[in-house]
Amino acid sequence: MSSRIFGSRIRRREDPRLITGSAVYTGDIELPGMVHAAMLRCGHAHARITRIATEQAEAAPGVVAVYTGVDTDGVLQPMPCAWLLPDAELKIAPYPCIAKDVVRYTGDVVAVVVAESAHEAYDALDLIEVDYEPLPAVIDPEEAARAGAPELHAKDINGDDISGNQAFHWTVAGGGDVELAFAEAEADGVVIKERILQQRLIPNAMETRGAVAQYNRATGELTLWNTTQNPHILRFLCSVVTGVPEDKLRVIAPEVGGGFGSKIAAYPADFVTVFCAMRLGRPVKWIESRSENYQATTHGRDHVQDVELAATKDGRITGLRCTVYAGMGAYLSTAAPGIPTILHGLMLSGCYTIPALKEDVYGVYTNGVPVEAYRGAGRPEATFILERLVDMLANRLGMDPADVRIKNFIPKFDDGHEVVTTLNYDSGDYPGALSKLLEHTGYRALRERQRAGPSNGKYMGLGLTSYVEICGLGPSQVAGAIGFQGGLWESAIVRFHPTGKVHVFIGASPHGQGEETTFAQIVASEIGVDVADVKIFHGDTDSTPMGWGTYGSRTTAVGGAALALAVRKIRDKAKVVAAHLLEASVEDMDYEDGKFFVKGSPDRAKTIQDVALMANVAWTLPEGVEAGLEATTFYDPPNFVFPYGAHLAVVEVDARTGHVELTGYTALDDCGPQINPTIVEGQVHGGVVQGVGQALWEGAAYDESGQLVTGSMLDYALPRADQLPDLDVISTVTPSPHHPLGVKGVGEAGTIASTAAVYNAVMDALRPLGVTRVDMPLTPERVWRAIQEAQGS
Amino acid sequence: MFAADFDYYRAGSVAEAGQLLAQHPGAKLLAGGHSLIPLLKLRLAVPPALIDIGRVAELRDIALEGGGLRIGALATHAEIARSDAVREHAAALAEAAGQIGDPAVRNRGTIGGNVAHADPASDLPAVLVALGATLAVTGQGGERSIDAGDFFTGVMMTSLGEDELLTSVRIPSAAGRGTAYVKFSHPASRYAVIGVAASVALDAGPGESVCTDASVAIGGLVPGPVRCSAVEEALKGRAPSGEALAAAAAAVAQDLGGDLLGDVFASADYRGAVAPVYVERAIAAAAGRATQA
Repeated sequence: MSSRIFGSRIRRREDPRLITGSAVYTGDIELPGMVHAAMLRCGHAHARITRIATEQAEAAPGVVAVYTGVDTDGVLQPMPCAWLLPDAELKIAPYPCIAKDVVRYTGDVVAVVVAESAHEAYDALDLIEVDYEPLPAVIDPEEAARAGAPELHAKDINGDDISGNQAFHWTVAGGGDVELAFAEAEADGVVIKERILQQRLIPNAMETRGAVAQYNRATGELTLWNTTQNPHILRFLCSVVTGVPEDKLRVIAPEVGGGFGSKIAAYPADFVTVFCAMRLGRPVKWIESRSENYQATTHGRDHVQDVELAATKDGRITGLRCTVYAGMGAYLSTAAPGIPTILHGLMLSGCYTIPALKEDVYGVYTNGVPVEAYRGAGRPEATFILERLVDMLANRLGMDPADVRIKNFIPKFDDGHEVVTTLNYDSGDYPGALSKLLEHTGYRALRERQRAGPSNGKYMGLGLTSYVEICGLGPSQVAGAIGFQGGLWESAIVRFHPTGKVHVFIGASPHGQGEETTFAQIVASEIGVDVADVKIFHGDTDSTPMGWGTYGSRTTAVGGAALALAVRKIRDKAKVVAAHLLEASVEDMDYEDGKFFVKGSPDRAKTIQDVALMANVAWTLPEGVEAGLEATTFYDPPNFVFPYGAHLAVVEVDARTGHVELTGYTALDDCGPQINPTIVEGQVHGGVVQGVGQALWEGAAYDESGQLVTGSMLDYALPRADQLPDLDVISTVTPSPHHPLGVKGVGEAGTIASTAAVYNAVMDALRPLGVTRVDMPLTPERVWRAIQEAQGS
Repeated sequence: MFAADFDYYRAGSVAEAGQLLAQHPGAKLLAGGHSLIPLLKLRLAVPPALIDIGRVAELRDIALEGGGLRIGALATHAEIARSDAVREHAAALAEAAGQIGDPAVRNRGTIGGNVAHADPASDLPAVLVALGATLAVTGQGGERSIDAGDFFTGVMMTSLGEDELLTSVRIPSAAGRGTAYVKFSHPASRYAVIGVAASVALDAGPGESVCTDASVAIGGLVPGPVRCSAVEEALKGRAPSGEALAAAAAAVAQDLGGDLLGDVFASADYRGAVAPVYVERAIAAAAGRATQA
């Protein structure tokens, strides 16, 4: 059993508590004497505060205190930005926890009410009087970068001028002369140009954000329960902002109900909650409402892209040139500068051999909610560029989109391939993945069916994506070089108890991905214990070792490696102890399935449980061997990992109404060996659906004054099960050559691939009608209008 | 996030609900709560009191009565969608009820609450108008019956009096006719961007069947459900298919008039332009069922 536990579809151990409502989230934390905070959000996209009067709110029933920026100024330090993008003229604007003078997006906090109950706190919000002098607002990042646009910030934190709302200008260039490639293509080849709007998305984790802060005035110790994806990073940031030293700060991420990137950042409201707890000496709870979540928790994407592809007349890509305006929102969120740059631009070679490329990314302040990582984080925006352009190239040349891909793929490689952006991909077989997908789906036959023409006014379309993503972030040396203000290694402590039961403490912080299950599978498969005998601890900075968080599909890739290596250390020590117990020499020992024995004598074995008992009681141990059976590892990956795959979407477009129906979807993903295929498939399902959401339904819409029009789930359309076909999920297995388990990561794969696949499918369906582009989301009206326009009405 | 304070009363019977309503001016009736509770939480409604009628057993029944259906105001959308009697005698209503919101909404939301709330994007009003339903109400002034066509008077406005309680919906049997509901659902709210209900009678003679009588209503485009008399007129004596049907469906523009609702998802222009497609599809679906009958 144990040797086969790796790769087994055991059920997620997290699920019983989650589906019976017995999990404990931040909102479930109750402490004696606890009071409740409510944040007053300004509701203006851009305005000057001229007066705040809190007296009425202070006198309201149950109210304990009301604080404004005057109270927190100088006590709470400005919100830190933790990704200091080098060589990019990065200008970090001051980001106060509570706005005192100017508000720059509707979610800016201007006051906090603390009351005996949450209800009373919210009631009192209405009693705070704030006078605003409205200022002009700008939401579109390209518009914000234009001369004459409303300016959000005059100076950055160093006192340098910020002009044109530009937060940074980052460039990636590689390979040959890109200008020459385009000149040649103009003269004797093909140039494809496209404008792509990667619309703003709202992450919509099922659990909104929240915090509970408890401060002990006698000891100076602070405990912060928080809906975070990375408690150790939050501990550090909380220390910077609140001044509580790291050793007196404990951050607990209890059950966290999804994040999709929106719970990476630290937020002003978290530290305002801490401020209240410290000021009042009582525990304070703050839980975000869903409306507040839409207005104040980070959004994703928001790119305006002008992209160009140069190619030869026979369909070989010769160059790629992109200009991107990336909306950053009103302030730079914790990791924001790295998302549209490092995680985006460096992946612009995709699965293809691109001899020359250049991208300019302008990070722009706008009066929107700050933009951060959102599932895929930069990579969907890169994949979309390539996959759209490749399809357009195919159309221009009259080739099948699959054939253009095959023509330009990087050939199969097992151990490293450096692309033009200098990344060294670990392993991949992009042609193999696409051929398997085409064969599995009967792609050529589907094309035949499509050639039969529309039926009942419904047009069929096929859309492909071939993608490669960068996961397993990452070597810490690289993290330093790219300005990430932390390391990117992971650690694990594995502790055997006398009865052979195992406790594992990890720094990573799973919040829905099922790693309590997969990590137990790693331990069980590495040392032959029953998977039920392994308990995984995470999400508490006091009891777990340092970790850099769960995001970027890195937890299994990096944390899983740390864990496997820790267990292997234990196996090595156990072998020494077993040899001693068997009165044999270590060199003669063999190991299999949790048993240590002298080579050739498997029936006279010591089990890992025997060894655990002896190591713990320590009655007889080999000389120089310490008591106990425990190991700690810090794993700093030598390189990133690069999962990849190919997806096919099939749609039907009702030309009379513009309705798009996704009628079929097949995902082929290669994330290396799968520890638990059911969990892998679940990740692919969720990821694909979120990407489909971007293509068809989702989009944060603002009006001209900067008000979020899609401010609730009544208006913001999340995907629902009844809108989706059965997802066909298949895989290939290409181990990473540099990873102890060969695994790569799969959390974001679906999202990275599916938006472009669905978009391509819809454009493919609309080709006979003369439509070539429609902005996402592809709502019925937008599709219908494009058809009307193309039909020349 | 939190409703403003209100008093709460639970009625044990229709009579008691009536008394409570009379005693507490401005009070709101609480049934499934799926329209009211969101309004309370957003504080768009701040009633002094709620009168919970959710446990008044006499309002739950779905029954055949006098050749038609009597559906108690507390019947849930899910109960209506799966009721054999409703499916047989008012297929369009079962079809519409089965498309409201999602399963959780359908399991709690009630026909009475839905109708009394009178959201212009609601599915049921158009169906009740097309099926010629009457609404039984009771109040201090006694009982009365209101035609569905007269009940809806504007955005979230009805002819229900302050002290009146909707007790049941009565629908004449559509036996022999075909009825259908076709909906363009908003992907987020699941309300009807466009919802069309049709009830069609065909002649039973030889040759191509023609429409002898049609009743069509559309919801979602103007503040209340609209009876499509121009469409009905154009359909009479014509085959409910092909060009005749398309021409009849196009007449919905006359029925709707010029002032249509629109939003960020679907503009008024677009709704008006594609409305005939949905009218056409609803009539075709209804006619298909009439032929089978």
